[in-house]
Amino acid sequence: MNRVVITGMGIHSCIGTSLEEVKSSLYHGKSGIILDEPRKDFGFRSALTGMVNEPELKGELSRRQRIGMPQQAKYAYKATQQALEMAHLDINFLAKNETGILYGNDSSAKAVMEAIDQVRIKKDTTLLGSGSIFQSMNCTVTMNLSTIFKLKGINFTVSAACASGSHAIGLAFLFIQQGWQDRILCGGAQEINEYAMGSFDGLGVFSVDELNPTQASKPFDKRRDGLIPSGGAASLVLESLESAQTRGANILAEVVGYGYSSNGDHISNPSREGQLVSLSRALKQAQLNANDIDYINAHATSTPMGDLIEAQSIHEIFGSKIPVSSTKSMTGHECWMAGASEVIYSLLMMQEDFVAPNINFEESEEDMPKINIINKTKHHSINHFLSNSFGFGGTNSTVIIKKYNG
Amino acid sequence: MDKQALIEKVNAFLVDEFEIESAKITPNAPIKETLELDSLDYVDLVVIIEEQFGFKVQGEDFQQIISFQDFYNYIESKITNKVE
Repeated sequence: MNRVVITGMGIHSCIGTSLEEVKSSLYHGKSGIILDEPRKDFGFRSALTGMVNEPELKGELSRRQRIGMPQQAKYAYKATQQALEMAHLDINFLAKNETGILYGNDSSAKAVMEAIDQVRIKKDTTLLGSGSIFQSMNCTVTMNLSTIFKLKGINFTVSAACASGSHAIGLAFLFIQQGWQDRILCGGAQEINEYAMGSFDGLGVFSVDELNPTQASKPFDKRRDGLIPSGGAASLVLESLESAQTRGANILAEVVGYGYSSNGDHISNPSREGQLVSLSRALKQAQLNANDIDYINAHATSTPMGDLIEAQSIHEIFGSKIPVSSTKSMTGHECWMAGASEVIYSLLMMQEDFVAPNINFEESEEDMPKINIINKTKHHSINHFLSNSFGFGGTNSTVIIKKYNG
Repeated sequence: MDKQALIEKVNAFLVDEFEIESAKITPNAPIKETLELDSLDYVDLVVIIEEQFGFKVQGEDFQQIISFQDFYNYIESKITNKVE
């Protein structure tokens, strides 16, 4: 079986639109959460959100390339540009050397809603124009990026709710490990517009701590009152070690474990049993023991039940010593993107020997097991980290990344 | 709208929408090749004409539009018929 390494990464998020900016935000515990007042007029219970500017691509991409791109595809394009540049992969190489794409995305609400509004007024589907279909489909990111970057290998979207980005990395890992592909662009993208998040807000699971936007996301803290939606995109280039070495690529890290499971139970409630299967499977595949892990990037979104169950799962397998933080304390919940972005956040920590703080954490409730939640930036060497992602429908994903030591 | 004003309006939205240099648009130039139109672009052309002039082009009408001059004449005839 092939060893699988990471040779490029790129990020477009509410805590930065370059790796340097994101690294600085992580180190300094800087939040990307704001209060977006127009959401109140739209009918939102909470107007808190991570804010990510939509890139202007006119002049950079042709009209035909742009016309089918919704917000999250534009984010994904910018993140992918960075990742490919870091990996020294240009379009000429990609056109001649089979490269796949597996990208997490699970909605394209704005494009769908705007098309419906338009056709109700015009009563004529032709007047939606040619871009609507390509913006509206769930696979919009993989459709657009594969076309723009001339990707000719495996090509599909991974839709697995808030574990989409993590499963995309896991599947890319398996495809390369098995020798089915040499190289895959993977990641996750998430739109931030109000259409995408309205029905989620309607469940009453968003924080309403609107007076303190940057302090509202409080994973694991006993005062936590819900998650904060966010978005953007994160891209990684995974390839076989042989491919990376043949190309002379700079190797950032190695993917060594992918765990997965399905709760097969409630549609939105987390399950400790399901999470334990995913965590154990990832460790087994990586041939590691729990105490080999130096840092856990938790899924913890700042919901009362979700964080409690994850703390129980982490405690059961890893005990109380391994440093844990949820970067969602700064970014909010990047949903379909989160599994990919949080691997990048953790890779930046690994490269610079620190653990980013779980900001806004003071203390957990009495009945939460004591895990080692880091709430101040900690200088710490990371040889292996583990990243959790759990989603609606009971889908669980865990990836383990190792520092590349040759 | 007089013919020159119509031509200027059409050229302006073609330059804006299809992002080509205005100098490439001449009355006898072939519209399909000049604007590099594919089958999807014709759908967008229908949308723009509806927005700008308030009528919907039938797909088969494009078959008789070869040059930009044909395009101006076609829009003029449609607008005139509409006014009448």
